[in-house]
Amino acid sequence: MKSITKGAIIYEAGSTIKNKTGDWRTFKPVIDINKCVRCGLCWAYCPDAAIIKADDANARQGWKPVVDYDFCKGCGICAKECPVGAIEMVKEEK
Amino acid sequence: MPENFEELELFAPGHRGCAGCGASQIVRWILKIAGPNTICVSATGCLEVFSTPYPETAWRVPWVHAAFENAAAVASGVEAAMKKMGKDVNIIAFAGDGGTFDIGFQALSGMVERGHNVLFVNYDNEAYMNTGIQRCSSTPYGAWTTTSPPGKLTIGKEQRKKPIAAIIAAHGAPYVATATIAFLEDLKRKVKKALSIKGPKFLHILQPCTTGWRFDPSLTVTISKLAVETGVFVLWEVEDGDFDNKFRITYKPKKRKPVIEYLKLQGRFRHIINKPEIIEAIQREVDEKCAKYGF
Amino acid sequence: MAKIVLKGNGAVALAIKMARVDVVAAYPITPSTFIPEKISEYVANGEMDAEFIPVESEHSAMSACIGASAAGLRAATATSSQGLELMHEMLFIASGMRLPIVMGVANRALSAPINIWCDHQDTISARDTGWIQFYAENNQEAFDLMLIAFRVAEDERVLLPAMVGLDAFILTHTFEPVDVPEQREVDDFLPPYRPKHAYLDPERPITQGSFVYPEYYMEFKYGQWIAMESARDVIDEVFADFASRFGRKYEKVSTFMCDDAEIVLITMGSLSGTVRHVVRELRNEGIKVGVAKITVFRPFPHKEIIRAVKNAKVVGVLEKNVSFGFGGAVYGEVLATVHGEGLDTKVLDFIVGLGGRDVRVEDVKEVVKICSDALQGKAVDKINWINVDKEAVKNA
Repeated sequence: MKSITKGAIIYEAGSTIKNKTGDWRTFKPVIDINKCVRCGLCWAYCPDAAIIKADDANARQGWKPVVDYDFCKGCGICAKECPVGAIEMVKEEK
Repeated sequence: MPENFEELELFAPGHRGCAGCGASQIVRWILKIAGPNTICVSATGCLEVFSTPYPETAWRVPWVHAAFENAAAVASGVEAAMKKMGKDVNIIAFAGDGGTFDIGFQALSGMVERGHNVLFVNYDNEAYMNTGIQRCSSTPYGAWTTTSPPGKLTIGKEQRKKPIAAIIAAHGAPYVATATIAFLEDLKRKVKKALSIKGPKFLHILQPCTTGWRFDPSLTVTISKLAVETGVFVLWEVEDGDFDNKFRITYKPKKRKPVIEYLKLQGRFRHIINKPEIIEAIQREVDEKCAKYGF
Repeated sequence: MAKIVLKGNGAVALAIKMARVDVVAAYPITPSTFIPEKISEYVANGEMDAEFIPVESEHSAMSACIGASAAGLRAATATSSQGLELMHEMLFIASGMRLPIVMGVANRALSAPINIWCDHQDTISARDTGWIQFYAENNQEAFDLMLIAFRVAEDERVLLPAMVGLDAFILTHTFEPVDVPEQREVDDFLPPYRPKHAYLDPERPITQGSFVYPEYYMEFKYGQWIAMESARDVIDEVFADFASRFGRKYEKVSTFMCDDAEIVLITMGSLSGTVRHVVRELRNEGIKVGVAKITVFRPFPHKEIIRAVKNAKVVGVLEKNVSFGFGGAVYGEVLATVHGEGLDTKVLDFIVGLGGRDVRVEDVKEVVKICSDALQGKAVDKINWINVDKEAVKNA
């Protein structure tokens, strides 16, 4: 059942997370974590906050980049900007 | 020592911005610097449409939108309200170039003149992207848009870009700066500095638009960088509109790249790429501007 | 309670002050300029604890009010004529966002040709914006209706903006004695605005002014419709409460000698006094005529209009506006109301007083003459322009 608020106000902050934009993708970024130097540029430049800093006890920085495929739209900025070529864009198989 | 909110995602994913959207990058980073004690106002435009499709919102800070031309006026009202309540909170207005250079210009000028304590952020994608790429006073010389089509008699947009940041600075605004996402540390520092200053602040952020500029979505940052490396877009800041004493170039390319490197990646300039006289004219203009800035 | 001699504009400014409005954003325009002048003076002297924003346009005036109201505070402005037209876009947005902003409007003619005097074209043209509309007959009403407007607008069942019209110069610039209650009495009548739906608080982040697809848009419009319908009862309740506190009784439509009237004249605003005066005279001549004054135009008082005209054979609508290609807007609504009820009452339109043209006693008598002719079955025009030199346009 539809239910509306007064004045089209939205009370659930950040609720776009219900909308998984991952299905927009035609290419997906795949990270070679062994090449990764943890510079964080992929995380910084992602327009969709789709690179997550996951805990990584093996890394000096304590984290590693992980792609959140729920939201990654496959723009390829991360792969383009990665200074060590650790991210490859791979054709999405569906 | 101010708190660091860089790990917070106050602009949630799942928004409908295009793949590779530069506006999303800008908002995401400004909120990372501003933190949760922030209220945002948006003009009508791509950002408003793609971030608030009812009943979903990407915003994790209070946000309000009313119309296209009035982000600065709505922000003025919000700021007055916060003042009345005695609340110390960052107020940030976001508008595209239409909502800043053109239809939003009067309200912005008024807000700055009255001295409201608001940071106005212009994400400048150099045309009316939300309505489908029409020319704006922000559109650069020579660019194709749907209302500045290159034809038998024209080369694309015939006029030059309005120097918006200098115009706002000329109001005597306490802080005005230009930025791009490619120079992230520069952008972060400018946002921090802006928010530390009371009064009206203006950030002019160049925002390459994959859809409207016709480039591969992976190139958003690359093109942001090239705009600066070629001198097409100069990174600077000025306080109190004092260009004589309080103006600073914040990044000088060691060796400026030719403008063609910036232009050739963008479909909106495709029709002039093989017209050396037009490329030369653009190069000459950039050279003159950079000479004035001393590089 | 004190009697203070006030201009209509002064009455509006004082009501805004006594309503303890938090944010006023306004722009000067003749003849409402005195209102922001007075408010800026109150604020400058510390007599009013408010933020006054001297904006650069009326569009920004309403925009800033929207910002302040969205932040959860009481916001008000005042304007007139072209100013109201410039903010027209924002009027829809204020009501759609369910922000109970209150505005005084000096009713003035619209350009072109430019003219600064009274008619109702400005607010009538805003009738579809989703604002509640009140029209004042005198300065006391202007003061009272402003306070009433806040109470109605902010009611949880309503949450719609409201405007109070007062006639340019005839009221805005004319001094009249006004009964002004004590601040304490106003505070009791009008408690602070504490919205549950709209606020801007980093502790409770919400999104206001979102983008709505066809899937939901119509429900929002229906919600506004229901709110405006709810305003009918709320207005009656607030009128009753106001009367019990201050002794002045308001009605959506107030009638004068309508019970046995064969002809009922419908009026709005300051014109009503003149019309009642003429009616009293004509009653002495045996003409059965009455007056129904519309104080609340939105929501349109269908029931009250029917009650006022149910015994009449002819209804004459005197109005200071025109919808070109149709007739007066009030005429259209009265006609729809009367005939929608199944009454066969004849409804005639009289366009009067545009751009400050005087509405004289003889003009009202002419209106009654035409209505009397219609009553006797003579053919008359449905739309009548009164006190206009029709010859003058022949060579134009």
